[in-house]
Amino acid sequence: MSINSLGLYNYWIYGFVLVIGLYAVLVKGNYVKRMIGLSIFQGAAFLLYITMDKIEGGTGPIFVTPPQPGDLFANPLPQVLILTAIVVGIAVTALGLAITIRIKEEYGTIEESEIREVDRQA
Amino acid sequence: MITVLGLFTLTFLVIAALATVQSRNLFVASMWFCIFSLMMAANFLILDAADVALTEAAVGAGVSTVLFMGALSLTAEHEHVRERSGWLPALVLGLLFAVLFAASFEQPRLGDPLAPVHQHVAPFYLSETPRLIDIPNVVTAILASFRGYDTLGEVLVVFTAGIGVLSVLSFSPKKNQQLSGEGVAERVRGVQHHAILRVAGKLIIPLLMLFALVVQFHGEYSPGGGFSAGALFAAAVMLYGILEGADRSAKAMPQDWMLRLAALGAMLYIGVGIVCMMLGGNFLDYSVLSSKPVAGQQLGILLVEFGVGLTVSTVLIMIFNAIANRSTY
Repeated sequence: MSINSLGLYNYWIYGFVLVIGLYAVLVKGNYVKRMIGLSIFQGAAFLLYITMDKIEGGTGPIFVTPPQPGDLFANPLPQVLILTAIVVGIAVTALGLAITIRIKEEYGTIEESEIREVDRQA
Repeated sequence: MITVLGLFTLTFLVIAALATVQSRNLFVASMWFCIFSLMMAANFLILDAADVALTEAAVGAGVSTVLFMGALSLTAEHEHVRERSGWLPALVLGLLFAVLFAASFEQPRLGDPLAPVHQHVAPFYLSETPRLIDIPNVVTAILASFRGYDTLGEVLVVFTAGIGVLSVLSFSPKKNQQLSGEGVAERVRGVQHHAILRVAGKLIIPLLMLFALVVQFHGEYSPGGGFSAGALFAAAVMLYGILEGADRSAKAMPQDWMLRLAALGAMLYIGVGIVCMMLGGNFLDYSVLSSKPVAGQQLGILLVEFGVGLTVSTVLIMIFNAIANRSTY
């Protein structure tokens, strides 16, 4: 049995994880939870790209020996895109968390409903 | 065997994602997210993406968990139960999943060599890398040379985010307000009271730094490069901050120096591009850096990757120091 027999399973998992992450972003009122949800959403996008790079019978795109005609290698382009996207993702998450910390300091809470309450009273 | 491993990691990915969203305790949620990232990294390895797996393990499972924990210690441990029902978002998301599920049947099967994605530019990169650049790791070749513009943009985004975190956290909290987060009452310096954690952790730090340097400077021959090396180096400093107290990690790696080094890394990248222009080539066309174009390419990639590693590591250290040293009075 090879990896090929997974068929479309990767794409289904991608869709499901994407929806879970988006659910946390839309429904949860806690800002840290939303940032975690955004990271899960992002992870689903990474999975989609890396799923596309796999090639049956190939290896990672690193030439251990000089490549011969007919050798198969995984597609390096999605890997490059996702490699940089992961690091940009953590930078964005950190910025979101910093803003969340400031919200906590100003409002005393990071729950959206309670922040609305504070704003209404002000 | 590989199929079973793929099935396991993918299924556990969903379980971890569900558990992350479900758990009301936010520390538990961030630990579940750490497991989610580890499963993701394992799955990337199965899909032949070693560079990405390394980066995801270092960034997703390591650095992001530390940052989430740091933010939680300043905000709240528990998520409040939300009264409003989420049936409308749930309905929309259910529809979205149905669409994605239906669309998946149009996708090529996993590993299909005839998939459109394998037909266009990838064969060019794979066949021309030995001739034009002559380094074994094609991912590094594309990252630093073929698509050097993209990477320059990403480095600048990371740098900007670092400045953003610093400027957001440069405001001091209102004087009359006390933070009510749990564990704020007494400031414990790291995990000083855990002897085993400290001794074992300190043994890891030098090895982790050495590994980061290997990943940085061996990235042309094996999985790695500036992004993963930067994250690994920052993880070593974060480990030191956790074990010995964030004030000491900020003392070892002062914020103003981190900021200068982050700018220097980005400037090194741009500077290499400008030197290429002065030598008569295009921006970031490293071939003119040496009498032999291939040697020029390799020199350029080495310098640019060093700039990337410098910026990524210093920005992540800067962010950690800023969050972990936030006064909690």
